[in-house]
Amino acid sequence: MPDISLPESDAIANARRSMEVCNACRYCEGYCAVFPAMELRREFSAVDLGYLANLCHGCRACFYACQYAPPHPFGVNLPQQFSEVRAETYVAYAWPQPLARLFRRNGTVMSIAAALGVALLLVLVATLRDSAVLFGTHTGPGAFYRVIPLWLMVAVASVTFLYALLAMGLSVLRFWRAEEPLADSTPGALWTGLRDALTLRYLGGGGHGCNDTDGGFSDSRRRLHHALFYGFMFCFASTSVAAIYQDIFGWAAPYAPLSVPVVLGTLGGIGMVVGGAGLIWLKVIGDTEPVARAVLGGEYALLFLLLLVATTGLLLLMLRATPAMGVALAVHLGFVLALFLLMPYSKFVHGLYRAVALWRAARERK
Amino acid sequence: MVDPNLLYDVLVIGGGNAALSAAITARQAGASVLVLEHAPKAMRGGNSRHTRNLRAMHSRPTSVLTDAYLEDEYWDDLLRVTGGQTDEHLARMTIRMSEQALPFLEACGVHFQPSLTGTLSLSRTNAFFLGGGKALLNAFYATAERIGVVVAYDSEVQQVYLDDGFVRALDITSNGFAMTVRAKAVVASSGGFQANLEWMRQYWGDAVDNFIIRGTPYARGRVLKSLLDQGVAQIGDPTQFHAVALDARAPQFDGGLVTRLDSVPFSIVLNREGRRFYDEGEDFWPKRYAIWGRLIAQQPGQIAYSICDAKSVPLFMPSVFPAIVAGTLAELAEKLGLEPDAVAATVAAYNAAVRPGQFNDRTLDGCHTEGLEPPKTNWAQRIDTPPFVGYPLRPGITFTYLGVKVNDQARVLMADGRPAGNLFASGEIMSGNILGKGYLAGFGMTIGTVFGRLAGESAASSARN
Repeated sequence: MPDISLPESDAIANARRSMEVCNACRYCEGYCAVFPAMELRREFSAVDLGYLANLCHGCRACFYACQYAPPHPFGVNLPQQFSEVRAETYVAYAWPQPLARLFRRNGTVMSIAAALGVALLLVLVATLRDSAVLFGTHTGPGAFYRVIPLWLMVAVASVTFLYALLAMGLSVLRFWRAEEPLADSTPGALWTGLRDALTLRYLGGGGHGCNDTDGGFSDSRRRLHHALFYGFMFCFASTSVAAIYQDIFGWAAPYAPLSVPVVLGTLGGIGMVVGGAGLIWLKVIGDTEPVARAVLGGEYALLFLLLLVATTGLLLLMLRATPAMGVALAVHLGFVLALFLLMPYSKFVHGLYRAVALWRAARERK
Repeated sequence: MVDPNLLYDVLVIGGGNAALSAAITARQAGASVLVLEHAPKAMRGGNSRHTRNLRAMHSRPTSVLTDAYLEDEYWDDLLRVTGGQTDEHLARMTIRMSEQALPFLEACGVHFQPSLTGTLSLSRTNAFFLGGGKALLNAFYATAERIGVVVAYDSEVQQVYLDDGFVRALDITSNGFAMTVRAKAVVASSGGFQANLEWMRQYWGDAVDNFIIRGTPYARGRVLKSLLDQGVAQIGDPTQFHAVALDARAPQFDGGLVTRLDSVPFSIVLNREGRRFYDEGEDFWPKRYAIWGRLIAQQPGQIAYSICDAKSVPLFMPSVFPAIVAGTLAELAEKLGLEPDAVAATVAAYNAAVRPGQFNDRTLDGCHTEGLEPPKTNWAQRIDTPPFVGYPLRPGITFTYLGVKVNDQARVLMADGRPAGNLFASGEIMSGNILGKGYLAGFGMTIGTVFGRLAGESAASSARN
C-alpha cells in the first residue's frame, strides 16, 4: 500500500493549535479518551490529529468546560475542529480515492442518491412489471418476488453489500496504517476498544452524561445513538436470518408476524426511527457553536436516509397484504440501495474509524 | 435584567466561586438574591474560570481525596507559605469548614475527578473539578438559576454608598444603562484589582505595561477602592501581588494556566542584558515558580529569557507557544533579540562553572556551579547540545493581596474596628485576611467557597432582621 498521509489543511492547523493549548492545560483529561492520548504526545502531526479527531465522540463536555473557548482569543472548540478533521480523514483514507469526492457536498450527494435509488426502483418495476402485478395483492410465500424477482434482489444486495464492506474495510485499513505501528497488541486492548465503541463510553462525559444540546448534562444522545445503531444491527440480523431461511431452508418471505425476521426487523425498525428522529431533533435544537457547519449536511442526510429506510420498512410490513405492497417494496428497496451504495462515502464510516481509534487508544494506554 | 425598583434581600457583587457560593447559600436560606456580574455571560466567573481544584481538610478518604489531611497539617502548610502573615483564628476556621466545602459543591452539581496522573502529590490534599473551573461555574450558575437567584451579566458596580457602616445604595451600569439599586444586605465578592493597570501603576510605575494579567480583565477593583475610600478597614500590602513567570507571548489578559512556563529549573535565565540574576535551581519548581514573577518584574524592561539545550527540553511541560529554536547559541540570541556576545559570555562562564554530578530531575540532585554569581545549586548541566531552545518570560500577575478586613462571619470591618451593618465579603477581596503572602495550591478556592457560604448565610440573616 502506498504511503498514506493526511494533507495539511486549515482544519488540521486549527486542531493542532487547540491541541497545543489543551496539552498545556489538561483540565479536561477526565472526560474522554482524547486527552490521555494527547498527553502521550508533544507534537501533533496531521496523522496524529486524524487519530485524535476520530477518538472524539463530539460529546461537547470539553467545549462547555473550556476556559479558552470562543470568545476567548485562543478559540478552542474541539467538537467543531475535530469534526472537520474527521471529515478530512474520511476523504483522505477513502477507497478508491477517485470516489472520495463523494464526501464533498455529501448532503447533496446522499439526497440525490436516495432520490435516484427510489426513482430507479419505481421506474424498473413500473416498466418491467405489468400494472396488474405491481398493484395486485400478493400473499403467501414468494409474494415479494412477484414484484421484484428474487435473483435480482439477491444479486443487487450481494454486490452492493460486498462492495460496501470492501470499500469501508480498505478505507479503515488505510486509516489504521497511517499511524505509527505500535509494538504489540493484547486481546485485552482489543476488548477494551470494542467495548468502549459499542457502549459509547465516551458519550458519557466522564460518567455524568454529555452536553447534548447546551451546558446541561444528559444521556439522551447516547441512548438515541444506541437505539439507532442497535436498531440497525437488529434489521441487519433480520435480513441475515431471512437469507438463511430462504437459502438454506427454502422458506420464502414474507414471514409470519411472530417469526424471527419480522420480530427482529420490527424492533430494529422502531429503534432506528426513534434513534434517527431523536438525533435529528437534538441537532435541530442544539447549540450550533460547537458544530462544524460544513459536515452538517452529510450528517443530516445519513440520519434522514436511515430514518427513511426504517420508516419505509415498517410501512412495507403494514402494507404487505394490500395492493400498495409493490410500490412500498420498491420505495423501501430504493432507499436501502442508496444507503448501501453510499455507505462507504458517508458519515456511516465514523463507527469503524472510531472503533479503530479506540482500540489504538487502549493499546497506547497499556 | 436588573429592576431598580425592586428591593432584593441580598445583592452579591461578582460572579466567581465566592459570589455564587454566597448567592446560592443566601437563596437557600430564603433570601431573594441578585447577582451582579461585570463580565458578559461567556466570560463569567472571574478568576474561578481558570482554577482547577480546591484544598480540603478531611479525616478519612473521600470520593476523590486519598488518605487524610488534618487541620494541623493544613495549618502548617499555610503557615509555611505565608511566613506567618495570616490570622490563625480565621485560617483555622476556614480549614475546618473546608471539609464541608466538597459536599456543598457536589450538591451544586460540581463534578470532581479521581486523582490524576502527574499530580499525585496533590491527590491527597486537593479535589479536582472535572473539566476545571469553568465547568464548576456552569454547575453553579445552573443551580443558581434553578433555585431562583437572579443573575445580571454585563453589570458593573460603579460606586457603593456607605453610611455609618451601612450600604444604602449602589450605582451600577447594567448592559450600558446607569441605575441605582438597593438591597437589604450586600456581599462583595468582586475580586482584587490586578486588572486595573492604572491603579497598579501607582505602585509599579510604567513597569505595569510589561505585566501580563493571567486572569479575568474584569478584576478592576472598583468596589474594593470604593469601600476602602469610605472607611472600611484595609488588609494586605497594596503593592504586593502573586506573580509567576509566564511566556512573554501570552495575551495581556486571561491567558490563564497555559502560558505558564516550567523550563526555569532546567535552564539558565538571562535578563535583557544577557546576564543571569537568580539561582534557577534553588528548589523544586512548584516551590519556586511564584517568586519568579517578582524576580522578572525587577529586571530591566520586566523581561527575561530562559535558555536551555536539547537535553532539557523533555524535562518540562510544553508551553502553549512554540519554543524558539536555533542551531547555535549566537543564532538563538539573535532570535530572542539579545546581544550574541553577552549570551555567549554568560553561557561560557556558566558552562565552565558546572561541576560534574549525577543529574536527576526528580530530586534536589546537587548538580551545581562553582565560583559563579549567582550560583545554580541544582540541575546545573552544561548547555552544549544543539538545538538550543529559548523562551521569553514576563511577570504574570495572578492576584493582588490588598483587601477588606472581615470577621469570622464574613462581615466587613470598618477602620475603627466596628463591624459593618449589612456588608459582607468573600473571595479574593478578603483573602488577604488569611493569605497575606505566598500561595497554597487550591486555597484561594477554599477561601472563596468557605467565606462565600458564610457571607451568604450572614447576609440572608442580616436581611431578615
